[in-house]
Formats: sequence, C-alpha cells, structure tokens
Amino acid sequence: MNTPTFDLLGDRAASAPLSPPEVQRYARHLIMPEVAMEGQKRLKAAKVLCIGTGGLGSPLTLYLAAAGVGTIGLVDFDVVDVSNLQRQIIHFTSDVGRPKITSAEEKLRAINPDLNVVRHEHALDSGNAMAICAPYDVIVDGTDNFPTRYLVNDACVLLGKPNVYGSIFRFDGQASVFFPPSGPCYRCLYPEPPPPGLVPSCAEGGVLGILPGLIGVVQATEAVKLILGKGRPLIGRLLLYDALDMSFREMKVRKNPRCPICGPNPTIHALIDYQEFCGVRGEEATTEAMAAASNGTITPLELKELLDRGDAPLILDVRNPEEIAICRIAGSVVIPLPELPQRLRELKRGVPMVVHCKSGMRSAKAIKLLEAEGFSNLRNLTGGILAWIKDVDPSQPVY
Amino acid sequence: MLIRVRLFALARKQTGLAEVEIDLPEEATVADLKARLGSKCPQLLPLLPNVMIAVDAEYATDDQVVPLDAEVAVIPPVSGGGPLP
Ligand SMILES: [Zn+2]
Repeated sequence: MNTPTFDLLGDRAASAPLSPPEVQRYARHLIMPEVAMEGQKRLKAAKVLCIGTGGLGSPLTLYLAAAGVGTIGLVDFDVVDVSNLQRQIIHFTSDVGRPKITSAEEKLRAINPDLNVVRHEHALDSGNAMAICAPYDVIVDGTDNFPTRYLVNDACVLLGKPNVYGSIFRFDGQASVFFPPSGPCYRCLYPEPPPPGLVPSCAEGGVLGILPGLIGVVQATEAVKLILGKGRPLIGRLLLYDALDMSFREMKVRKNPRCPICGPNPTIHALIDYQEFCGVRGEEATTEAMAAASNGTITPLELKELLDRGDAPLILDVRNPEEIAICRIAGSVVIPLPELPQRLRELKRGVPMVVHCKSGMRSAKAIKLLEAEGFSNLRNLTGGILAWIKDVDPSQPVY
Repeated sequence: MLIRVRLFALARKQTGLAEVEIDLPEEATVADLKARLGSKCPQLLPLLPNVMIAVDAEYATDDQVVPLDAEVAVIPPVSGGGPLP
C-alpha cells in the first residue's frame, strides 16, 4: 500500500494562478482538500499527451479538458468514419470525413476555451516519438495496434514519463499505469508481441461502444491523480474489466528483472523499428506470398462474368455468422475459417472454387489450408466481399 | 489437483468459455499448466506463448509452482483502442 506519491510538475504549478472565472468554473474541485487551489493550479500547469482521439481518446480528453488540464496534446492523422461514431463520442455525425484531430480540437475548446490544444497531426514513429512525448508530463495511450503500443511504452521508459495504458476488446477492458522504476512497463507484462494477425483489432473483433467510455475515464482519472500527486495510482496493478459480467478484477504485476528496456541490464537504449519488431511487414509479405502461391486470384468483375455465363464456381465464404448477417454473395457456402479443418467433408472436391472473406486475408489462409488437404482449383476473391460490393453489388451494406 | 483457470479477452472468445478446470499434478509449474491448457483447449495454442498468466491475482513466471487451490487467470494482450495514429 506504500505507493510513493509523485511530484511530476515541481514548482511549475506556482506560476499558474487561477483567474476569477476559473475559480468559479472549478468550484467543486477547489472545495476538496485533495485538489483545492494547489491541485487546480497543478492541473492548469500540466501537459498531457493523448495518443489517438478514438474510442479511449474521446472520453479521456473530454474529461481532462473539463477538469482544467491546461495543455492537451493530440496525436492523430485519421479521418472520422461513420463506423467510429458508435464509440468515439468526441466526433459527431456532421464530422464524418473530417480530420479527427480537428473535430476533437473543436469539441475540447468548446468545453473549455482556456485549454491549450497542441496538434500532432502525423503518425507516431520511431523518428518523432521522443520529440513529441518529451514536453509532456503524462502520456496517455489510446492506440489500437501493437507497434504503436510498444513504441509508446519504450519512448515513455526512455524519457522517464508515466504511461497511462488502456485497451479494449469486445466486452473486456484493461488499464494500468506503467511508470518504471516505481512499477513495471508494458514489456514486463508482454515481452514479445503476439504474431501479427493473431490478436484482432476492434475493427476485426468488434467492441461494445460503451466500453472505451469506462476504460478511457479510468485513464483520465489516473492522469489527474498523477498530476495532483494524490491517491494510489494504478502502478503495478493491471485492472481487468468485464462488461458482460460487470466485474472488476485487479492483478498485481511487477517489474520483470529480464525486461529488455526497464530491467537492470537493458538491451534497448533507443527506439527500434516497431513494424519489424511486431512482424507487421513480414505478415504483409507472407499474406501476399500466400495469395500468390495459391492457384491465383479472381476479381469481383471476373467472378460476376462467370456467374452471368452460368459457369458458377463453388463460392466458399469463410467469414463468421455475424458478418454473414450483414452482407453475402448469393449462393455461397458458409464455413467460418476456424471451423474449416473439421468441416472439409462438406466441400465437393475437384470443382472450381472461389474463396472469400471480408477483404482477402482469411481466405488466403483458407486456401493454404485447403491446398494442404489436397483441394485444387482454388481462387481467392481479390479484396473480398468489400470489393464485391464496391464493384458488383453496391446495394449491400459494408462494415 | 483441479485448478480453476479464468480466461479473458481473446482467450475467452477463442474457446467460448469464461473458465476451464485443469487437472494438474502437485508441484506443477505455470509452464506445465500452459501445456495442459493447450492440449485441453487447442484453440489457445497459438495464443499461449504471448499470454500473461496470473496466479492468485498476481503475475506469474513460467517456472513458478502452481499452489493448491490456486486461481489462475489467462490474460492475452489486447490491441484495441482508438484509430491507428
Ligand atoms: Zn519493463
């Protein structure tokens, strides 16, 4: 229970006096001893960097802006998509097609005109991460991919900054604060990234829209506590939230003595190539090679031609049932990829077959598997059903 | 001894189970438990090298012995968050 408290700001807070309107605005903070005038001045002097303005970034930046954090840096170069609106509450329907960073900046300024928003409208990479993170007191990680997650972790460890971590998947959320040497870093928990393609992103695995609200607010709470230097931070503890079960669990985590970046004998002294570390480039190459090694590909227009000629191949759809309910090529046989090895008997051998999924990755894997089982005359539908809908059947919805 | 193993995130999705019971000999280690788990739930095999294992709500290394009546959690890495920055 003896977690040390931190003074991230030093005497900077002293030079951030509150104006009378600010005193009114933060009245509910100022009457609590844990915040009070001293704490509110700390918040005003504080600089928080939020990586991503998506599901986690939305609630956390909205609350940090409302709470009176003086400077919020935003890293994002994405554009608002209609499928973001289900959970990324900082973006409105009228923002679809606009840069997320602009949409977010407007909402944050509308909540708090005193707020200083710093825009970092580019991809965070090994070349710029140290310079982007350096001026901030707290880094909040709201990313959705492993290369950036390891990059943010390493930059924070090297700079000695607290990294407020959160992640979400379907109905499950995680949060922690990584702040060596007081506690472990992300690499202490997960030294190696999972093989690419194994852990689905929200786009692939789905996510309950409300989930990032809760996890993002936990992250915002931790950021505020770190700035105030009050309470017991989530350092050395991994919070697990299960929305279906409505339960919170806490796992004690500790520094890994063999951690390559925060351990006593570190082997990482500077940022590395995170795409390569996470095998992302390799995966693209493998999938391409897999697609090329299979008997070939067929475009949606070529498939349409075959169907129109009455020369229909067997169309095998390897997506999951939830996806089939959204859109489907008429007449296809549905066997989800995970069930394929057990359901080979349902497929006729020796007939021409076109295999497809959403965009072509899973079908390439299916073809590899089928070929290993002696199937031949297989073709991968280029671009999957998304390309089919775009080029042949725009009447169906995409996801 | 029967050990209760709670599955989180992707481990739960892949198996469709929130919890499994694994029969382990006494003095078995976390590595042994992972091996048994892989043979009982083959869907977990690709995940197991990268999961975090917690024993009685505490991070556990592969060489750690699983105590009697332990509650084990399998916590895979989770990628999700906002957009690709
Ligand atoms: Zn570490």
